[in-house]
Amino acid sequence: MNRGRIILFASLAALAMAEPALAQPKKPVAAKPAAAAARAPVVLKPRGSKEEAGPVLAYAGATVHLGNGEVIDDATVVIANGKIQQIGKGLAAPGGATLMPAKGMVITPGLVDALTSIGLIEVELESSTRSDQQRATNDMDHAGYRAADGYNPASVLIPVARSEGLTSVGVMPRGGLISGQSAWVDLDGATAAEAIAAAPLALHVHLDGDAPGDGAGHGTAILKVREAFDDARTFQKSRGAWERNQTRQFAPSRLDLESLASALDGKLPVVFHVDRAADILAALGIAREFKLRPVIAGGAEAWKVAPELAAAKVPVFVFPLQQPSSFDAVGAREDNAAILDKAGVAVGISTGETHNARKLRQVAGNAVRSGLPYEAALASITRVPAEALGMGARYGTLAVGKVASFVVWSGDPLELSTQVLDVVIRGHRLPLKSRQSALLEKYRRLPR
Amino acid sequence: MKRASLFALVLAAGCGAAATPTPLVPRESPRPILPPPPWQARVSEAEGYEMKPTAPPPAIVIRGATLMLGTGRTIAKGTIILDKGKIAVVAEGDLPAPAGAVVIDGTGKFITPGLIDTHSHLGVYPMPAVSAHDDGNEMTDPVTPQVQTVDAFWPQDPSIERAVAGGVTAIQVLPGSGNLIGGRAVTLKLRPGLSPREMHVSGAADGLKMACGENPKRTYGSAKRAPMTRMGNVAGQRAAFLKAKKLQEQWARWREQESTRIEADSKKRALWESRRDERVQRAAWCKANEEPDPCESWRRKWAETPNDEPQPSEPIATPDRDPGTETLVGALEGRVLVHVHCYRADDMLAMIALSDEMGFRIRSFHHALEAYKIRDRLAARQIAVSTWADWWGFKMEAFDGIPENAALVHESGGRTIIHSDSEEGIQRLNQEASKALTSGRRAGIALTDDDAIRWVTMNPAWALGVDHRMGSLEPGKDADVVMWTRSPLSVYALAERVWIDGYPVYERGKPHWSDFELGQTIESPVPPPVPALLGGPGGAR
Repeated sequence: MNRGRIILFASLAALAMAEPALAQPKKPVAAKPAAAAARAPVVLKPRGSKEEAGPVLAYAGATVHLGNGEVIDDATVVIANGKIQQIGKGLAAPGGATLMPAKGMVITPGLVDALTSIGLIEVELESSTRSDQQRATNDMDHAGYRAADGYNPASVLIPVARSEGLTSVGVMPRGGLISGQSAWVDLDGATAAEAIAAAPLALHVHLDGDAPGDGAGHGTAILKVREAFDDARTFQKSRGAWERNQTRQFAPSRLDLESLASALDGKLPVVFHVDRAADILAALGIAREFKLRPVIAGGAEAWKVAPELAAAKVPVFVFPLQQPSSFDAVGAREDNAAILDKAGVAVGISTGETHNARKLRQVAGNAVRSGLPYEAALASITRVPAEALGMGARYGTLAVGKVASFVVWSGDPLELSTQVLDVVIRGHRLPLKSRQSALLEKYRRLPR
Repeated sequence: MKRASLFALVLAAGCGAAATPTPLVPRESPRPILPPPPWQARVSEAEGYEMKPTAPPPAIVIRGATLMLGTGRTIAKGTIILDKGKIAVVAEGDLPAPAGAVVIDGTGKFITPGLIDTHSHLGVYPMPAVSAHDDGNEMTDPVTPQVQTVDAFWPQDPSIERAVAGGVTAIQVLPGSGNLIGGRAVTLKLRPGLSPREMHVSGAADGLKMACGENPKRTYGSAKRAPMTRMGNVAGQRAAFLKAKKLQEQWARWREQESTRIEADSKKRALWESRRDERVQRAAWCKANEEPDPCESWRRKWAETPNDEPQPSEPIATPDRDPGTETLVGALEGRVLVHVHCYRADDMLAMIALSDEMGFRIRSFHHALEAYKIRDRLAARQIAVSTWADWWGFKMEAFDGIPENAALVHESGGRTIIHSDSEEGIQRLNQEASKALTSGRRAGIALTDDDAIRWVTMNPAWALGVDHRMGSLEPGKDADVVMWTRSPLSVYALAERVWIDGYPVYERGKPHWSDFELGQTIESPVPPPVPALLGGPGGAR
């Protein structure tokens, strides 16, 4: 039996005067029974605007992993107006703050899976529920496609991911050689505009040789991607001539060219989805050729070229459960992350999944099992994704002034027996409820 | 007997008894009981080819480890002895090692039974996934009970040794779920072999893979073929089982008719024998008693009606061989265990209704994401539930999956099994069980660590019909044993050593055994030794 969470919640509720229960954030409805409150209608409330006010909360007594490798025992984290105000050992809660006793608990930055399609895919096999891919197009270059346009903030996947400690995700388009532009989404907000913290976040390019149709094949993929960036460079330089119809034909369409051009000269990270060592080096070559800011995703064989990646200071997102499931990934090994980290590469970890992005901490735990240092694993799902995608100034670590998105855990966040106790996104405590918890509640006792 | 009695009669006659011999009564010819056809007697198509060890494995003693028995019990610090391929002793405390035994210090380690995966496509959908390797779904017809995974399993699949490295020692290899009836599944132990037949768990019955819901109707409906709907799904399965029932009846009729024929033949023969013996006896009597009446009329009658030896009649042809339908007959008769891929509660209830109608038993539902909605009924019918810890949402019928499913089924007295259906998931069945345990506890369900172990050991052993010899650490059971670096419920736990039938099959850090992986990647950054010709050992330095 594990009644830990209930007991902790009860004590927290008793101590935190304005907080009826952890599962019922924000609203000071102390007298209302929790079950009744849970059935209250959902009201769409704008959240996440920069000026918004947020509660002043002081989480006291927890072991806090800042995400940068530093760990503070018995620390207090004070948040206000959606930002982290103070962090330190034995800090006194400021006047007016609601005290959140967190002794014995662990606080980490909110987890980030940078490579999901949450909000774009509701049911994978039902195309009518998917906005993860540009359709009605015959070519393989979807550079202009924007994940932000398809993001559905009402997706039932969002609360599921949140309940396992994810607070932000990279929402990326799929399909084609160049899939389009991703967005950084905080897993809260009634509208896409509220939820999206940054878009475009990165441009996504696939050199993994499994693109369908004529784009298939490693050599073809490299050729087509180079052609697209080359055209974009010319397009950028001769925009006026192009508008007067005085340039040669370009392979990509106008919107694709605009998007590609926005990534030239390192202005936007370009995430190369690539597994084979040879293709990783090809991606680095393309990045040099067009002065791109590359990020490697997948990287099943990245360990083979770890020194090159370290020298080029290219972050790598790995899937630690990657199998040698294709000839591209035939050199996949479970200590990929560990080898890269040791070589000095910034290692991010992703599940590569959408519905089960919630497995992120388990996946990172597996990387630790295979030799990745613990704090590096925590960083791989907090700080590294933020920094690799240009969001490091506001996200990824717990530091004064940063966005207050973090998670309170019952113990080691990477361990399977650990439970999420509290999720804070942009300074707001969010209920650990989802369509799944509603199903559980309904069927906890069987009818009849 | 026949000759002896005749001799006795002749002797009696020769002794001068004057009484007229009485007519002989034909001997009784009981109705024969026909043996089942040989194909019916085999539990598996793989039976008979299992690897026979050339030398018995050495006795192994592991002391000081925590033993999670798979029975619901844990011994905090115990001794386990493996001998002659079986578990010999499981006990608390330190026990002396038998002479010649290999002694292993298990201090700080955890020992569990080898994990068993009821739902695997290893070998039929191997790594790397290339079109040449797609051997798991015979999607040329929605009903293909005639195909069997044992004919396709590639024993060099690199996934196999990776599964063993995750503590898995036995799997059921199923055909895919593209078909309504996908074919025969086979239960294998994951010891290196050159053929799946060598890996077969001898005596383990084959499984039958069926599927309901979206997959078959998508596979065929998109090609404008039946089934296109759930209606078509069940209709197709019903038609297949009706055919099986017909074959079952044909065999019953054949047995009836063939028995009648054999009985008639033997009656004719008995009559002939009795007439023959009677004539011999009377002829002897006539001779011994100087031809009294009615010898002459007898002889006349014998000449008029000669007693010809009857020829055996032609055997009645058996029903035509039809391995697919025979497999379904096996399912109807409980010789083949039925495993049904189903997600939704209503789909499962439809399959249960079909099984009632046709007269087969469902051994387990696989995936069964909505099992929690009907867990009481599944428990009452003793239908096991093979599911994941948290997969959901990838298709409509998986939309209601919840992470408490496994724990809720357990709570209601059902047999929970955590399966993989994945070459990656099979390497972490222990972690998946642990997650399902945590989810259950979060929902307030009373669960022990041992319960989670049973979800990947004893319960799958039951679903595969091998629980009498696998699935727990009990004396007499197969020595399929895993030593973990720490509690297998921890994300950090690694299987350190694995034994199957008492043989060491895996030790962390040892090279791969799959031929495919040979030479794929030069893993060592250490330069090779300098060959002698270039001044290596033996040459100039």
